[in-house]
Amino acid sequence: MAWSETLPLRSSEDVVTVRQRVRMAADREGFRLVDQTKIVTAASEIARNTVIYGGGGSATIEGVEKNGRRGVRITFEDNGPGIADIELAMKDGWTSGAGLGLGLSGAKRLSNEFEIVSAPGKGTRVTLTRWR
Amino acid sequence: MDKIPILKLGEFLLVTVQVDMHDRLAMTLQDDLTERIVASHARGVLIDISALDIVDSFIGRMLANIAAMSAILDAQTVVVGMRPAVAITLVELGLSLPGVRTALNVEKGMELLRARMREVEPGQTAEGQAAYGEGRVQQADGVE
Repeated sequence: MAWSETLPLRSSEDVVTVRQRVRMAADREGFRLVDQTKIVTAASEIARNTVIYGGGGSATIEGVEKNGRRGVRITFEDNGPGIADIELAMKDGWTSGAGLGLGLSGAKRLSNEFEIVSAPGKGTRVTLTRWR
Repeated sequence: MDKIPILKLGEFLLVTVQVDMHDRLAMTLQDDLTERIVASHARGVLIDISALDIVDSFIGRMLANIAAMSAILDAQTVVVGMRPAVAITLVELGLSLPGVRTALNVEKGMELLRARMREVEPGQTAEGQAAYGEGRVQQADGVE
């Protein structure tokens, strides 16, 4: 069944809630433990970016299906300052803040599909999908 | 505000992370631990993460920071109990936790700490000298 839920992302406690809800979604879709851990970790990285760099926003978690395969998709949206150079932001070790610079690149590695749409002043939307 | 308890076990400190840590809680633990290392003269820190179902880059950085800061304060840190799925995910995330010693469980971690201390302090201990009022002439930083 198709389902989705949208959660606010304003604080570090909200990041924990998103992690827990993604875990439940992955479990419901029948993900193995390692795959659950990967999508939850990826979601945690992007959720934190939404709070810290995006100034808060939301996460929409949904169950998806493609060619008979079930998966979990999470869409993170914020109305923050946006990213001027996405290619640079995606590089391992590059950070505009005090982080390790592994958030975006690491989350991409932990997802099967990864999309980022952003422009200065236009906010950021990151979509992660992992298939069972 | 909630806190993660730090237990003293002889000359070691034991931290068992039992909650899904939000970032501020992780920062608080980092600060609390460094203060406790100094206040209790701890020589080793065991961080049990067996209850954590993920370690992302933030928590990973906290563990690396704790290891680095405790080393400066003359205490060894061992992270114990990492779940296999967490380890697999950490590597794929790109986090190798340089400088962080790990062990399978608290018992093995304790053995590792004791072995390290025997290596670092052959014979007389720095505390033994201080107890005889010799002052702190000899710092423990000259050990190769």
